[in-house]
Amino acid sequence: MSVIYFIFQQTMLFTIPLMVVALGGMFSERSGVVNIALEGIMIMGAFTGILFLNLTGGKMQGQVQLLAAIIIAMVTGIVFSLTHAYAAINMKADQTISGTALNMFAPAFAIFVARVIQGVQQVQFINTFRIESVPVLGKIPFIGPLLFQNTYITTYLGIGILILSAVVLYKTRFGLRLRACGEHPHAADAAGINVYKMQYAGVAISGALAGLGGLIFVVPTSTNFNADVAGYGFLAIAVLIFGQWKPGRIFGASLFFGLMKTIAAAYSGIPFLASLGIPSYLYKMVPYIATMVVLMFTSRNSQAPRASGIPYDKGQR
Amino acid sequence: MKFKKKKNYVGVLSSVFAIFIGLMVGLVVLLLCNPSQALPGFATILSGAFTHGMRGVGQVFYYATPIILTGLSVGFAFKTGVFNIGTPGQFIMGGFGAVYVGIMWDQLGPVHWAAALLAAVVMGALWGLVPGVLKAYFNVNVVISCIMMNYIGMYLVNWVVRSYKPLFNTLRNESKNVAATAVIPKMGLDKVFPGSSVNGGIIIAILVVLLIYVILEKTIFGYELKAVGYNQDAGKYAGINEKRNVVLSMMIAGAIAGLAGGLLYLAGTGKHIEIKDVLASEGFTGISVALLGLSHPVGVLFAGLFIAYLTAGGFYLQLFEFSTEIIDIIVAVIIYFSAFALIVKTLLGKLKDKKAGKEGGNET
Repeated sequence: MSVIYFIFQQTMLFTIPLMVVALGGMFSERSGVVNIALEGIMIMGAFTGILFLNLTGGKMQGQVQLLAAIIIAMVTGIVFSLTHAYAAINMKADQTISGTALNMFAPAFAIFVARVIQGVQQVQFINTFRIESVPVLGKIPFIGPLLFQNTYITTYLGIGILILSAVVLYKTRFGLRLRACGEHPHAADAAGINVYKMQYAGVAISGALAGLGGLIFVVPTSTNFNADVAGYGFLAIAVLIFGQWKPGRIFGASLFFGLMKTIAAAYSGIPFLASLGIPSYLYKMVPYIATMVVLMFTSRNSQAPRASGIPYDKGQR
Repeated sequence: MKFKKKKNYVGVLSSVFAIFIGLMVGLVVLLLCNPSQALPGFATILSGAFTHGMRGVGQVFYYATPIILTGLSVGFAFKTGVFNIGTPGQFIMGGFGAVYVGIMWDQLGPVHWAAALLAAVVMGALWGLVPGVLKAYFNVNVVISCIMMNYIGMYLVNWVVRSYKPLFNTLRNESKNVAATAVIPKMGLDKVFPGSSVNGGIIIAILVVLLIYVILEKTIFGYELKAVGYNQDAGKYAGINEKRNVVLSMMIAGAIAGLAGGLLYLAGTGKHIEIKDVLASEGFTGISVALLGLSHPVGVLFAGLFIAYLTAGGFYLQLFEFSTEIIDIIVAVIIYFSAFALIVKTLLGKLKDKKAGKEGGNET
C-alpha cells in the first residue's frame, strides 16, 4: 500500500508543473501564437523564484516565502514572455524563431547573472515547504495519504489553475474571444474584438504559468537550481498536443507523462517493476514515443487552433 | 538577376543590423556587471580569437566545423519549407554511428574513418527520415516530431553506449576512444595552424556546403525542393511530388547533421559521447547559424565561422572574470533581432516597390 502512496505522491510532483506549463501553452496557442519558448520561460521563472528563496533564506520560511517566490516567478514569466509577444504580434516575426531565441537566452542569462551575484552558477535554497500532513484531511483513510500527505501547496494551486483554466476558456466572454482569435482572427476582428490585445493576453498568461511551472518543478525535486528544467518546457508542448489543446485532456496527458517520469526515476524502489528488469531509459523514452504514435493517428484531423503560428495581419484577406 | 542580388543585399544588411544590436546588448550587459572591465572584455570578444595567432585561427575552424554543418542542415530544410529543430537528435545519432564504427570495426585500415563518417551520415539520415515520413503520410507537425526525436535519440544513445561494454568507459561515464585509424586525418592543416585542434573535418564541411549549394541552385531536384518550400500547393499543381520531397529533404538535412556529429566525435581531440540527459548544444547552435546565414549555404558557412569566432574569443573572457555565457546571450539577442529582420526586409522591399512604382508612373 505504501508503495502506491509513494508512486502517487511522486507522480504529482512531476505532473503538476507539466500540466501548469502545458495549460500556459494552451492559452497562447488558443489565441493564435505558438509559444515554443516555454522551456526558456520556465528557466527564467525558476531562476528569479529560486534566487528570491536563496536571498531571503533565514529571514523568511515556510508557505509565505514560497507564495512570494511564486508571485515573483509568475511576474518574471510575464515580462519575459512579452518579448516573444512583441516579436510575434507587433513585428510579425516567425514565432518559432523568436521562441528559439528566448530558449537560448534564458539559460545563458540565468548562469551569467548567478555568477555575477554569487560566483557560482548553482543557486541553493532550503526546502522548508513540504507539508507532512494536511491538518484533518491528512487523517482520512486512503484518500488522506494519497492526496494530503507529503505534499506541497503547489499541488493544490495546480489543481486550482486547472479548474480555473477550464472555466475561463469555456465559460467566460474572455475565453470565447481568445478562442475566436486562434481560430479565425479576421472574423474575430470583424466582430469587434481587439485581436492584438487578446493575443497579448494569451501570451502573457502562458508566461505567467510557465514561470510558475518552472519554480514548482524545481522546488520539490531539488535543493539547487542549475539553469535547467530538464526539457520540461518541450515536454509540456508534447503534453499540450497529446491533450489536443483541451484542459481536461491536458490533465490526463500530464498524469500519464508524470507517471512515466516517476517510474523512470524511482522504478528500482518499486518491487514489481524492479523485478521486471526493464532499463530506466525505456521508461524515459516512452512518453516521447507515445506522443509520436498519438500524433500519427490524430494529426490528420488535428484539433489545433487553426490560426496558430500565423502572424495576424489586418490587411490580409 | 539584378533584382535577386538586391534582395540578398537587403538580407545581409538585416543580418548585420541584428549582429550589431546583439553585440551592443552584450556590451551593455558587461557594463552593468563590471564597468571597469567591460571595455577590455568586449574587445576580447571581438579579437580574442587571434590571441595565439594561427593557432587561434585553427581553433576557430575547429569550433566552426560541426556548427557549419548543423547550420547547413537547418538552412537546407528551411529552403525546402520545413523547420528542422531535430538537429540535436540527428547530431547525436550521427555521432553514435561514427563512434560505434570507430571503435568496433578497427580492421578496416585506412578507410576506417571514412566508413565511420558514412555510418554517421546514415544514422543522421535515418533520424531525419522519421519526421519526414510522418509529415508526408500522417501530416504530423515536423517541429513537434523533431523535438520528440531529439529526446528519443538522446536517451537511446545513452542507453546503448552505457549498456554495451565495448563502447563504455565506466570510469569517466562516457564512450571510449575511437581507434586511431578512425580519427579524421589532418589533411595538412596541422602544418598551417600548428598546435590547434583543426583537422580535415573543416575541408569536408566546406565541400558539403558547396555540394548543397550546387544541389539547391543548379539541379532540377533542388529547384523542385525550393518550389515546394515557397508554396506547397503551387508545387503540387506543377506536378512535383511534394510528399517525396518532404521525405527526401528531411533525410538529407538529417544526414548533414549526422555528419556534423561524426566529424566532432572523430576529431581525435578527446571529445566523447557523455552520458548526460542533455541535448547536444551543437544542434541548437545550428539553428542560430542557419538563421544568421539566411539559410543560404554560403551564408551559413560565414555565419558558422562568425559564431565560432565569437565562441573562441569568449573563451578568453574568463581572464576578466566574466563567464562565457555572455556569448550565448549575444547570439540569442542576434537571433531574436534576425527574426525582426524579416519584417525589416519586407519593409525595405515595400519602400523600394513604392519608389519604383512612382518612378514608373512619372515616366509614362
